[in-house]
Amino acid sequence: MVLRRLRAFKFWKRAVEASALVVVICLSMGADTPSSRQNTLSHQLMCQCGCAQLLGECDHVGCPDRDKELSELMTDIAANMTDEQVMDEFVAKYGATVLAAPTMKGFDLVAWVAPFAVFAAALLGTILLIRRWGGLGFERRAHATGTVAQTADPAEQERLDRVRRETDA
Amino acid sequence: MATFGSFCLLIALVLAAYNLLAGAVALRLIATGQPARISPERLADTARRAGIAGFVAVTGAAFALIYSVFTNDFSITYILEHSNRALPIPYKFAALWSGQEGSLLLWAWLLGTYGFVLRLTHKTDVKLYSYAGTILAGVQVFFLSVLVFAAPPFALLPGYVAGVTPVPADGNGLNPLLQYPEMVIHPPMLYLGYVGFSVPFAFALGALMMRYPGEKWIRITRIWTMVTWLFLTCGIFLGMHWAYAVLGWGGYWGWDPVENASFMPWLTGTAFLHSVMMQERKGMMKSWNVWLIFSTFLLTMLGTLLTRAGLVSSVHAFAQSSIGTWFIVFMGIVLGICIFTYILQRGHLKTEHHMESLVSRESSFLFNNLVLLTACFVILWGTLFPIISEYVQGTKVTVGAPFYNRVAVPIGLFLVFLTGVGPLLPWRSSSFKAIKRNFVLPIIALWVTVIVCLAVGVRPWKDGALDTGSFYAVVAFSVAAAVLTAITAEFLRGAGVISRQTGRNLLSATWLLTRRNTRRYGGYIIHIGVVVVVIGLAGSAFNRSTESEMGLHSQMSIGPYTLVCTGFTQDSNSNYNSDYAVLDVQQGDKKVFQMTPERRFYLASGQPQTMVAIHSVPEWDLYVVYEGTNPDTGQPIIKAFLNPLVGWIWFGLVIIVFGTFIALVPNLSPATAVVRVPVTKAPPMTPALKGGD
Repeated sequence: MVLRRLRAFKFWKRAVEASALVVVICLSMGADTPSSRQNTLSHQLMCQCGCAQLLGECDHVGCPDRDKELSELMTDIAANMTDEQVMDEFVAKYGATVLAAPTMKGFDLVAWVAPFAVFAAALLGTILLIRRWGGLGFERRAHATGTVAQTADPAEQERLDRVRRETDA
Repeated sequence: MATFGSFCLLIALVLAAYNLLAGAVALRLIATGQPARISPERLADTARRAGIAGFVAVTGAAFALIYSVFTNDFSITYILEHSNRALPIPYKFAALWSGQEGSLLLWAWLLGTYGFVLRLTHKTDVKLYSYAGTILAGVQVFFLSVLVFAAPPFALLPGYVAGVTPVPADGNGLNPLLQYPEMVIHPPMLYLGYVGFSVPFAFALGALMMRYPGEKWIRITRIWTMVTWLFLTCGIFLGMHWAYAVLGWGGYWGWDPVENASFMPWLTGTAFLHSVMMQERKGMMKSWNVWLIFSTFLLTMLGTLLTRAGLVSSVHAFAQSSIGTWFIVFMGIVLGICIFTYILQRGHLKTEHHMESLVSRESSFLFNNLVLLTACFVILWGTLFPIISEYVQGTKVTVGAPFYNRVAVPIGLFLVFLTGVGPLLPWRSSSFKAIKRNFVLPIIALWVTVIVCLAVGVRPWKDGALDTGSFYAVVAFSVAAAVLTAITAEFLRGAGVISRQTGRNLLSATWLLTRRNTRRYGGYIIHIGVVVVVIGLAGSAFNRSTESEMGLHSQMSIGPYTLVCTGFTQDSNSNYNSDYAVLDVQQGDKKVFQMTPERRFYLASGQPQTMVAIHSVPEWDLYVVYEGTNPDTGQPIIKAFLNPLVGWIWFGLVIIVFGTFIALVPNLSPATAVVRVPVTKAPPMTPALKGGD
């Protein structure tokens, strides 16, 4: 038993080590590619022409807003503004709907937190439920309480069985 | 024809109302056993026949609308607004679902068709089918009421008097975005999926009302549910392909509310298809399944409400009106009935077994459901958050692709991971040894893929920061490799046993294995299809694009291709004028193919529309858009995209369809043979063998 546990521990230890190694490799590679802040930021802003597309993806020829917004973006980047300052400036100019996603501040934060909170709560609830069932053991609990697994009412059980028989092809 | 159509709708409404009322009274009488002047069974049968007649009446209405489109009856407002004389014949059919009223009529007709098939096959289980038919009639009453009172498709022009008021010479034409071959099949396919979920919903509610054994109604509705799911899946993918080929932005999924509306019932429907296996096999998750199908049905209604009632803005919500109140009231009634029935009959849904281990096939089904429902919640939340934000803060916010990419994509990847893990876990519980045996190969495949990705230059980190797109792509490729390995190992394990037993080759043994358990292995094939789709989706992290004005003999380079403009041409017909750019595509100095992106100008609607030129190979799509001409220089503007692995998405759909068909085929009967046993004199029976205690 102890030997088996030791083997299991070794297996998981190796798996964790391998994962850590790959993450380190990832970190050590890649810092050499030049980035385009304009491209990144234009995919976080909406085009204001009413096309409901991201600024970086608006494909309307003669769009009255795309080129103007992109040039404003370039000006802001050239002025060494941080991403947050750029976003704030666009919000001040066009309103909150110019941002392609809610911010991480105030009530907007709820948009980001709620999905993970719901998932975490559901996951925790499920795990606890399974552990409770598994920990007690259904068979034992059925014996302990004297309940029958299927149904306690013989007439109901007979009815269910009859319907099952009748509908069996 | 307008009068005939309106009359058909009115008759259909009366018949559906009779079906609902007579069916409800008959089932009530049967349930309570009260004596009545008319036999409840006969009353129920008249209700069923009314349902069949109702289908004929709705068909008449749909025919009347199509006939009016083909005869260019512009005295009908709907025809005036959605058709014109020069509209090609296939798009005349598309006019049926291009507007609010027509799409509701299509919904009612499809519901009538499903109901017709259901009522014809009622002998499978007369009572359960009566319940289901009556519930479907209730849904039909709603849609027909909307059609008759709120959104009449045969409404005449305001102030029109036949023979007195002149009829407009031509219509406004069909929305140019809809004039694409896929638009002739995409909406009906999607609607077949939407409407189809009404059938398992009706069976589930009916079965709960009559306290029918859970796994029985599931068995009866399995084919309905799978076919419906397949229609919805194909509808969603056709919509993606339409968006890709028509909208000209190089993408196929923009997290638009209309797209989200179709995706949500797909997620809950998929969860239902998985969790019903638990109920059939172990008698577990009965309440869960009932609520999953209730939710799926309600989500189809919510999707219609969101996109058609103007609650949320959408780039391609083609038909909006003020029918929102009707839908809200109907959804409220349906939800009320579902809750009431559930509370009343919940004792019938007691589980027969409980889970015994956190690491088992059962728990993987549960987690799969959990993830699917979380994904559904995320999408619903993202779709509704602008409304919630406006209500709470007074300002509307945009919830676009960046939100979904950050929140929904990791959930989707976890789901793909579970797709591979689930089948590797045994039922009830699992030992560490079994886990290790089943998981070693997939884990190796996972890490090998990570290393290969890094080796070929995929960088999940850029400038010291996480590059989300590339990171997700690496995770997606790795998990996909692990899942494919796991599924392949499952096939090979089973096929190996058959091969040893029968002497067949491995391919033949795999086919026999699949035929022996079509549901299981069909499901695995569907999972392979999903993984192939995920690989295709992950390719979007490496999309490239370039745009420039191109005069004659101008060149543009993207990836390994050089596009050389060799000419421009124009064409026109009675429906539209078009401009083409003729582009020779070279690899090195050699011309490999030619592309002709097009820009159309539709005469009736006065709207322009791009027709994208796509050259697809397994590695990528070369996607070229004729965006128009620069008003200052008069030069055409060409935008080219190189979209890696897009073809895999459509190929994945083909695998999913194939897998679903396999899963629908009945299992091969086990081979039987008569074995002759030499007759020997039986030894005298000992008392212990004679029976008794």
